[in-house]
Amino acid sequence: MTLMSYLGAIGAAQREAMEADPRVVIIGEDVEANVYGTTGAGKSRKDKGDFLELFGANRIRNTPISEEVIVGAAAGAAMTGLRPIVDLSYSSFLYMAMDQFVNQVAKNRYMFGGQASMPVVFRSAMFYGLNTGAHHSDRPYPMFMNVPGLKIVVPSNPYDAKGLLRTAVDSDDPVLTFEACMLWGTKGEVPEEEYRIPFGQARTAREGDDVTVVAISSAVPEALAAAESLAGEGLSVEVIDPRTLVPFDAEAVIRSVQRTGRLVVADPAHRTCSAAAEISAIVAEEAFESLRAPIVRVATPDTQIPFSPALEKQLYPNRDSIAEAIRRVTGTRAGSTSEAARLASPAPHL
Amino acid sequence: MDLSAETLLEMQRRMLRIRRFDERASLMVKRGHIPGTVHTSIGQEAQVVGACMALGDGDYMSGNHRSHGHPIGKGSPLGPLMAELVGKATGVCGGKGGSLHLADFAVGSLGESGIVGSSIPIATGAGLSSKVLGNGRVSLAFFGDGAANQGCLYEAMNLAGVWDLPVVFLCENNQYALSTPAHTVTSGVIAERAAGFGIPGVRVEDGQDVLAVYEAAAAAVDRARRGEGPTLVEVITYRFNEHSEGLRLGTDYRDKDEKAAWLERDPIVLFRQRLIADGTATAEQLDELEAAVLREVDEAVEFTDRSPYPDPSVAFKDLYTEPIGVLS
Repeated sequence: MTLMSYLGAIGAAQREAMEADPRVVIIGEDVEANVYGTTGAGKSRKDKGDFLELFGANRIRNTPISEEVIVGAAAGAAMTGLRPIVDLSYSSFLYMAMDQFVNQVAKNRYMFGGQASMPVVFRSAMFYGLNTGAHHSDRPYPMFMNVPGLKIVVPSNPYDAKGLLRTAVDSDDPVLTFEACMLWGTKGEVPEEEYRIPFGQARTAREGDDVTVVAISSAVPEALAAAESLAGEGLSVEVIDPRTLVPFDAEAVIRSVQRTGRLVVADPAHRTCSAAAEISAIVAEEAFESLRAPIVRVATPDTQIPFSPALEKQLYPNRDSIAEAIRRVTGTRAGSTSEAARLASPAPHL
Repeated sequence: MDLSAETLLEMQRRMLRIRRFDERASLMVKRGHIPGTVHTSIGQEAQVVGACMALGDGDYMSGNHRSHGHPIGKGSPLGPLMAELVGKATGVCGGKGGSLHLADFAVGSLGESGIVGSSIPIATGAGLSSKVLGNGRVSLAFFGDGAANQGCLYEAMNLAGVWDLPVVFLCENNQYALSTPAHTVTSGVIAERAAGFGIPGVRVEDGQDVLAVYEAAAAAVDRARRGEGPTLVEVITYRFNEHSEGLRLGTDYRDKDEKAAWLERDPIVLFRQRLIADGTATAEQLDELEAAVLREVDEAVEFTDRSPYPDPSVAFKDLYTEPIGVLS
């Protein structure tokens, strides 16, 4: 085991995958210079682990700023023998290539009756909470959950980031991984040897009896912090990190809710048609009789992301808003009138 | 150009396969035997076959909504294609694709596309594979004059140009995007747009001449195979039928004289005359070739008729390589 950052774990997974299989290539904007820190160890020197030096320009390819052809070409390459990892940097840039994602990447295998396989990984980072404004702060994974044929990965810690990315590269189906920049610097123990985390297996990040909190991506550490603070008030909170949204480990969530009888879902995506909305619906359909209180979603309100820190910071699920939601479903609401609590409630226009 | 008699006859055979297949498909749409819609390549066979025959067996291609000609031109058997049009289990895509999304990976056909321009990046990616793996394969993207105004073509030409990918961008300029004349929506000359990417752009003015198309496409393929990068080939041609079968437009957007002049330039008739004139084949041999192709189409329809429809459960197959739960 070694202490590794979330970003370092992604880099380690990429390096392992490239060493293991010559068909793995990395393409994306600025990957040669390692601008985002996952294709090298800093300086452009082989002994420091620079990917361009290690793997050569045939397999580490800087692209033009042309998302549509980057995504489509990666798909075409995957259909004909490569296993590309595409670094799309900001997740908001995925919209530039929507046609390729939806009409080619997701559909080709199906439309062609299984003739195609699509072993390609699209990595993108969600820069929310970092004052990058409306064009860089998106958390678009629920949109892609709505597209059958894609697999959606949302790692919340370094260990998962590495293990899930190795599984993603092994997958013969297209995988979109949404990485949270808020978590880039978080450190954790990560095995130096190879390991893989299977898709569709949730992780119970904390065990508890009174309420189940399903938390996604950067909401996981916030949910854990909320659980810790509520433990002091005598509440026992279970925190589940689904790790992959497609496939989704519904069983783990239902099993937990059947035990606790309460569900809070913390999801940094916009509230309407969020992952939280889907998870809530699954539980309502499958475990309604177990529920002792209405399900509560803690999501980002349906507004665009403003630039000013004073405006942005309040929008995402955080330990306070998650704790407030837990109090709500457990009937221990402290009557808080904080902004966080207000935002945790359904938006006024709904 | 020194082509064997065998190659020349194969060109005629492939053009006939497209023509007779599309004619039959058109009839089957009218009779309600084919659901949905089909877009024929009738009138455009020379540019399809000229391009496809410039490719080797291991080479890739992608196409568009005018979709049957491309895999047929690349050598696909007709039975599974026809079965696919009808939605049978024996279809080349098992009934999942239909006319607009045919693919036959066995002959390098990576898929047609119902979205105009959308498959151009796919062929470009196949070129990337060839380059990285060093397997010498070339890929060719078919698209129409309508797709020539899609941004992805320019992203693809730039990427292929800067990476010297073995890709041929082949514009089938049949001069109309549905009812819209190309010159009313296209600024300048499509072939000349290649210059902006530092790659060759050539225009085949007579796309009804299969040898002219073959020559241009073969030069582009050779260039790609030598590692010198992509080429844009624009071929001027004409579709003899409506944009899609069954489509009835209130206005006559194509000039009668223009259409009549193009109908005089039927690529199959022209090539037949040429083959007889230069002594490659006799009229009797060519009649026999036509009869053989017609039998092949008949057999494809019989195969389709004999074939079962897919089991409804198949609707949930092939979404992923390893099935994951599909929520109902």
